[in-house]
Amino acid sequence: MTITEAPNVSAAVETVESHLHPKPSFDLADHPVPTGREEVWRFTPLQRVRPLLEERGTEDRDGDPAVAFTLRAPEGVESGTLAAGQAPRGTVLVPGDRPAALADSGCDDARYLRIPAGTEIAEPIRLAVEGRDATRRSNAVHVIVAEPNSSATVVFDHTGSAQQLENVEIDVREGARLTFVSIQDWADDTVHAGQHEARVAKDAFFRHVNVSFGGDLVRLHTNVSYEGPGGQAELYGVYFADAGQHIEHRLFVDHNAPQTKSNVDYRGALQGDDAHSVWVGDVLIRKVAEGIETYETNRNLVLTEGARADSVPNLEIETGEIAGAGHSSTTGRFDDEHLFYLTSRGIDPVEARRLVVMGFFVDIIRRIGVTDVEERLVAEVERELGHA
Amino acid sequence: MSLVINDLHVDVLTEDGPKQILKGVNLTINPGEVHAIMGPNGSGKSTLAYSLAGHPKYEITSGSVTLDDTELTELSVDERARAGLFLAMQYPVEVPGVSVANFLRTAKTAIDGEAPKVRTWVKEVNQAMDELGLDSSFSGRSLNEGFSGGEKKRAEIVQLQLLNPKYAILDETDSGLDIDALRVVADGVNRYTAQGDRGVLLITHYTRILNYIKPDFVHVYVDGRVVTEGGPELAAKLEETGYDAYIAQARANA
Repeated sequence: MTITEAPNVSAAVETVESHLHPKPSFDLADHPVPTGREEVWRFTPLQRVRPLLEERGTEDRDGDPAVAFTLRAPEGVESGTLAAGQAPRGTVLVPGDRPAALADSGCDDARYLRIPAGTEIAEPIRLAVEGRDATRRSNAVHVIVAEPNSSATVVFDHTGSAQQLENVEIDVREGARLTFVSIQDWADDTVHAGQHEARVAKDAFFRHVNVSFGGDLVRLHTNVSYEGPGGQAELYGVYFADAGQHIEHRLFVDHNAPQTKSNVDYRGALQGDDAHSVWVGDVLIRKVAEGIETYETNRNLVLTEGARADSVPNLEIETGEIAGAGHSSTTGRFDDEHLFYLTSRGIDPVEARRLVVMGFFVDIIRRIGVTDVEERLVAEVERELGHA
Repeated sequence: MSLVINDLHVDVLTEDGPKQILKGVNLTINPGEVHAIMGPNGSGKSTLAYSLAGHPKYEITSGSVTLDDTELTELSVDERARAGLFLAMQYPVEVPGVSVANFLRTAKTAIDGEAPKVRTWVKEVNQAMDELGLDSSFSGRSLNEGFSGGEKKRAEIVQLQLLNPKYAILDETDSGLDIDALRVVADGVNRYTAQGDRGVLLITHYTRILNYIKPDFVHVYVDGRVVTEGGPELAAKLEETGYDAYIAQARANA
């Protein structure tokens, strides 16, 4: 097991501008087809992601969309569409790579959800995203605005077969609380890429949860920046890569405002030949970002031979005047001491392993706060473990 | 019917290769007996405990251990536990995400071969925790995670009571306990032995716990073997003389 522990932050005052992210742009010309040598593409099997790099429209047919979207929004939530260039579309998210640029240019009508100021929506807002065909492209853009002092939970649930490009643009206004959960429970032949971009205003709270279990290839960016002090972001993820699956999560927290907080915790399990997970967690602490606090961690449990987990935490620090910053990354096999303790109580090793993996994930899953989703994900982990 | 350790030799597996720690241990624990094993640090007391339980770091190179005529050395860790052996560990392991309640139910089911009755089980768990001075909120917490040293030891004895094994090894259960906690933990062990047909191997460095848990036999253990044996009076003698004489003698014999 390799463990990278928190660096000594006060000594690491740097002045470099972030070099980790290509300049965002809506212009496709700024995002040429990658060669694989680019830093942000070096972990991705280009051959498999290629269908998502082509310029194609959404391949809906009469009465038969490539991907069906079904919204269940409780009373009080407003929904609609936004054309290209129609605010608030494009006010938070600017595409950072080719798939994100293609998702945007290929989507005429973005789906828009507005949680009005001061409204508390107790029931989750659910969007079922159901792929119908692994050979057809779907380009989707979603815009979610949580107006000041509102509170809501939004769950996107992806299932079925698709070539999905999807951006989610999230504006969490002053004092708002928003939880956004994106479940990638795709069929084995789906390829999915996209960018989730959130801006967290003064004293707002944003929680983002990625759950990636299915799909042939899933590659998602999750980016957060702030708009004023006191904003908090929690970015959680669980993933389970089986034989042949490529699951890639790239996170970027831009501490561009003082007294902001971020906490990133991604956990994955891998099993089977050529199961591959990639986690890249970048945190940039800008000069203005005094008094901020950040911690990011990624843990991978490698359950069988032949699986590979890449885990790259990056911390760029331009001011030492902060409350705290750290990161850790562990990738390892099962902890023998956990196994010994549980089996010494009579529990057989298979059951002990199940308990530990469950525990590893449940820690994160229970933070979702939507009971039926939590129960389903627990069942999903059980099912995955049944494959081992 | 008893737990019989016969000429047990054990190596610990280190990076530099195996190193012999136990050099021929003989011990018979009959049902209803409490045996104290006392010895200085580094004498191999914990090795004895872990190798009986089957920890993979320790290799039994010769000798045998039978529990009511079942040869334990041929069994896996979980099979030994199901045969009736329990080890209260000196350093209980933290297992994140596995709740105490879930763990206890799973272990009880494994040991008994059937799930405990839901209604009585929850009561039993709460009572055992209450007796050991643990708030019922511990049920919902991750196993040993964030527990203080004392809470971990109490939780081990909660397990002892609930799983109710035939033979229990208590590995320095007294270490790190203040006097109140020590009393609570000792009471738990005494409730267990009061059944009359349970065997206890109590491993300790200090005589303090023996004021609360009365041993029937005391074995002094130095350099991987038992060097002298006696009744409870031997513990009192050790309190006065310490281990030095035994260590010197073991060195002279080496």
